[in-house]
Amino acid sequence: MMRLPTFRYTAPKTAAEVAEILAGEGPQASIVAGGTDLYPNMKRRHQTPKTLVSLRHVEELRGVQLNGAVSIGSNETLSDLEDNAALKAKLPALWTAVQSISTPQLRNMGTIGGNVCLDTRCNYYNQTWEWRRAIDFCMKCDGETCWVAPSSDICWAVNSSDTVPVMIALGATFTLISTRGERTIPALEMFGEDGIDYLTKQPDEVLTRIDIPDQGSAKSVYRKVRRRGSFDFPVAAVAARVEMDGDEVKAASIILNAVGPKPVVCETAVDAILGKKLTDEVIEEAAKLAGKGAKPLDNTDHISMWRKKVVVVETKRALEALAQ
Amino acid sequence: MSHATEGAPALSKVHRVLSVNGENHEVAFDPRKTLLEVLREDMLLTGTKHGCELGECGACTVLIDGEPKLSCLVLGLESDGVDIRTIEGLAQPDVPHALQTAYGELGASQCGYCSPGFLMNASALLARDTNPSREAIVEELGGNICRCTGYLKILEAVELAAQRLRDGTAANGGSDV
Repeated sequence: MMRLPTFRYTAPKTAAEVAEILAGEGPQASIVAGGTDLYPNMKRRHQTPKTLVSLRHVEELRGVQLNGAVSIGSNETLSDLEDNAALKAKLPALWTAVQSISTPQLRNMGTIGGNVCLDTRCNYYNQTWEWRRAIDFCMKCDGETCWVAPSSDICWAVNSSDTVPVMIALGATFTLISTRGERTIPALEMFGEDGIDYLTKQPDEVLTRIDIPDQGSAKSVYRKVRRRGSFDFPVAAVAARVEMDGDEVKAASIILNAVGPKPVVCETAVDAILGKKLTDEVIEEAAKLAGKGAKPLDNTDHISMWRKKVVVVETKRALEALAQ
Repeated sequence: MSHATEGAPALSKVHRVLSVNGENHEVAFDPRKTLLEVLREDMLLTGTKHGCELGECGACTVLIDGEPKLSCLVLGLESDGVDIRTIEGLAQPDVPHALQTAYGELGASQCGYCSPGFLMNASALLARDTNPSREAIVEELGGNICRCTGYLKILEAVELAAQRLRDGTAANGGSDV
């Protein structure tokens, strides 16, 4: 039986109070929203925060504003977003990503901010304390070695968020507050280069809002590969956005996730479609280039060589959907 | 015994008034306990089952303010001020819920360990839609795992219960749940 470790618990009512508590407590404190990522990790002793700062009473971080642009409070639950018909109509790719996260029960609990800040995942990390002790732990927690790449200086745990690649493709920004002030950053800048320092959000900062600009005539799509259709993290994911000028691509974005510690921006694949018609040949070439950007290792479900191949197939399917 | 499974010594107990199955209960418990642990160990409501403890199996599903949630990932100390419904409250006295009757008739329980979680989740579905498609039932129950692989009978039982609720032939539609 896995009990939670001991902690002090506080549930303030405003984001400013959350920031003050975080500033006072330092890195030993942790924000908790839905708890669906943090509590399992605490039970397995990946994280043992001394203080939990719950967002459950912070109403100002809830709600969605849809004008031309879309602004989503970080504390909005995934099922509330799933039930938001206006959001589904306006940002179908983001809605698809939200709807594909875990299960109905977990979407009733988990929040969009939690999915953005989701801990990175690895077969050598997401295990019980006893299991991890048996392999002398790993670099990400309590140990020295990366067991999936033993000569590696960095941790290869995987960013497994479904919504993050879509947000990056749509040009979203994240707003963070602390007692030092407020800052707004492009979504991609939130993510670090390795699986340990996977967020650039500082321990005293709270993610308050996700803003997505008006998409105009641009179309987007999200495709997710997992073993069980009902319930799994992605083992490969593709978000693609295309804006057309007549029948030529004026602007585009192709983002991969779940193939490394950080979402992958496929610049060469985008270059291969810019200014062109989305013909079968153009799509084929872009998909191959996207596959070159994916360097999955054997630390999730399914073997890495297959995941690398499936990135090509899924990028092709994503662009085909956008070409219609 | 490793430090990992034992944790630090428990702090003094917290007191909360929890509304479970329509009744308020004043409960004192270790503050690090999950709602699942409080229900089973401090309130002796052992109908809610203890499965994976990590949110992967759905055995511990309860309704919180009408929504199916996993009691293994909710803290007991943040469970006050909400309406908690467990499998013990699904039947009216002497009258099983339509889902329970259908489960029994069709043999949808095999070992039975997953049944409370499935039943609570399905009861929330039928409370808002008495004519769900097979696809919708599969989607809604996707977070509940049955290791006897009895899924087909479970789906058929939910459909039979839904049929009886539509026809008005169910003895207990769980209208108070």
